[in-house]
Amino acid sequence: MKPSTISDNFPDTPSKRNNASKARLLLERLSAHRAPATLMEVCGTHTVALFTTGVRAALPECVRVISGPGCPVCVTPLETIEKAIGFAHRKDTVLFCFGDMLRIPGVHETLESARAHRGARVKLMYSPLEAIEYARREPDQSLVLFGTGFETTIPIFASVLMRAREDNLRNIFLLSAFKSIPPAIKALLSAGDSAVDGFLLPGHVSSVIGVEPYGFIAGEYHLPGVIAGFEAADMIEGILLLLRMIDSRQPEIKNQYTRFVPPEGNPRARAMIDTVFVSRDTDWRGLGTIHNSGFALRDDFRRFDADQLMDFEIPPVQEPADCICGEVIRGRRTPVDCTLYGRSCTPSHPIGPCMVSSEGTCAAFYKYSR
Amino acid sequence: MHDKIHLNMGSGGLASRELLEEVFLPLLGNEVLNLLDDSAEIALGSERIAFTTDSFTVHPIFFPGGNIGTLSVCGTVNDLAAKGATPVALSAAFTIEEGFPIADLRTIVHSMRDSADLAGAQIVTGDTKVVGKGVMDGIFITTSGIGRVLEGLHIFSGGARPSDLIIISGTAADHGVAILNAREKLGFNPEIRSDVAPVHRIVERISHLGPQIHAMRDPTRGGIAGVLHEIARASRVTIKIVEDAVPVRPDVRACCALLGLDPLSIANEGKLIIFTAPESAETVLECVRKLPEGKEAAIIGEVEAEPYSEGSPPVILETSLGTRRFLPLAEGEPLPRIC
Ligand code: SF4
Repeated sequence: MKPSTISDNFPDTPSKRNNASKARLLLERLSAHRAPATLMEVCGTHTVALFTTGVRAALPECVRVISGPGCPVCVTPLETIEKAIGFAHRKDTVLFCFGDMLRIPGVHETLESARAHRGARVKLMYSPLEAIEYARREPDQSLVLFGTGFETTIPIFASVLMRAREDNLRNIFLLSAFKSIPPAIKALLSAGDSAVDGFLLPGHVSSVIGVEPYGFIAGEYHLPGVIAGFEAADMIEGILLLLRMIDSRQPEIKNQYTRFVPPEGNPRARAMIDTVFVSRDTDWRGLGTIHNSGFALRDDFRRFDADQLMDFEIPPVQEPADCICGEVIRGRRTPVDCTLYGRSCTPSHPIGPCMVSSEGTCAAFYKYSR
Repeated sequence: MHDKIHLNMGSGGLASRELLEEVFLPLLGNEVLNLLDDSAEIALGSERIAFTTDSFTVHPIFFPGGNIGTLSVCGTVNDLAAKGATPVALSAAFTIEEGFPIADLRTIVHSMRDSADLAGAQIVTGDTKVVGKGVMDGIFITTSGIGRVLEGLHIFSGGARPSDLIIISGTAADHGVAILNAREKLGFNPEIRSDVAPVHRIVERISHLGPQIHAMRDPTRGGIAGVLHEIARASRVTIKIVEDAVPVRPDVRACCALLGLDPLSIANEGKLIIFTAPESAETVLECVRKLPEGKEAAIIGEVEAEPYSEGSPPVILETSLGTRRFLPLAEGEPLPRIC
């Protein structure tokens, strides 16, 4: 896979109107459901789509949907945010990051305010591919890519580093905060305190990793999972499939989003990831360290590691007092349980990461359900 | 509010409103300015004159469908139109960075003349400043305009009333998405074109309905959502929008879905939102649709009976499933998500 633009990665175009009637039909079936069930939507895009499409409001009362750890902004540790801010302030260095990361509060400032008031150099990127051109044009600048996201975005970063190696570009570096979703689900389940009856699994990520990595959910934990798309009809169908498997006690991992997710995923994209990265343990904000859930550079790509540029100290970090983001992304509590929610913590003045990201659970609650 | 100016504050969202309410209005406020309409209406003798000004900066300066010149003329013409006025005369002030290519400037000015011709207005006065290289990026244009308010029209953001129907003159979000696609090389092909165009003809077509037209706005920064929030607030009403009724081009919708952006919060530069008494809605729609720039016009919602109340969201969206949710006001510059 050699993505030339980010739109190449998303051949699926929404066709809202044609699906509205299908969604209504499925919803009718769903409304007949009586047995209580708690489902977790793992991915931030689902969190938002459940609100914006109105599916959440249309669910029968006995079906509870809680959010999981799939918002990349929310699970990036505070230390990593501080590192990024440090790079942005570093002499002759520019930090490339996704828009979502700009407004996360660090210890003293956000990337956005560091740029506005203290001259930090932060460039909002839409695709990491922009880095190649920039690095060529500005050979005296060190360019640090803030690598955030799951298996959907990682191959594009991998392709940038492969190209940088081919072209012998010496001024591109990567701060890897990449994460993998299945180990996080495993960590939630093995903690043993989860009340989840089934998982709505992410569509985009699965288009790369395929169905197999979720096998343990059904195999070891006897719970069902459905990979679902993001239109109303997709999500309702996914929820119906989950409820049916819960009722029949025949848990499996099903793929509702077949038009976008082949069962084997995208082996070429995975090969690109494997060429550049190797699994490592990594910290998740709110969840702690999770085994083999992160991505470190392989030896022959080590020279791109941004850590070698660290000639600065990062301030000691402390999670904002009273913010319960960690509990929220574990599905144990909802934003309205937080004493700060909607009072001192709002999208214009966010305190915790779940209020910053457009995909954060607190932001979604605040925007659409207040 | 922050103690320094933030990029957000120019985005037409909540942060812009804060800046307006905390800095400008307390010092400059008067009964005309306080209305916060797209144009001010002032009386000169027996003539009702609409007067407006706007500054333009855009990246890239040239984009599919237009350039900063087209934008600077249409933007001002449309602010006049939204006040129910036909444009008469415009001014243009240029701030240009040293080293800017004359050929590009010529193309921009050419587009300005074309757009002004289309709008039936003349650029009658202007100014040019050149600043040193690096002081700014390329070119900024500020235009002002005066127009004659059409007989019988009295348009205020505060004019919407319960049971009014809401019409948009065409597809949503074309401009913002075209700029994003061009600037960030997102690769949507064929390229998405900006809708930048004057909308004064639409107003001329419906002006005979006079007092049946209650409010109009030009949904630029902040998009349709921004305008609806402002009208709801100014008119002390609540508004319901039907999601499926809002026309959005499929490629624009796809681009928004990819970036996690809401087409209702994205800028338009050739559209008009019209609040009309329900009994005239069909006539308005017919008149607007007769024009090529209005052929995709649609009724997208209505003003509800529920009065406005501070602190509770004034704009509701009815989803395809028939459920209701709040339509949030953009917090600031729309930021794409990590996909
Ligand atoms: S409302 Fe704010 S402080 Fe509370 S959990 Fe959410 S992000 Fe944290």
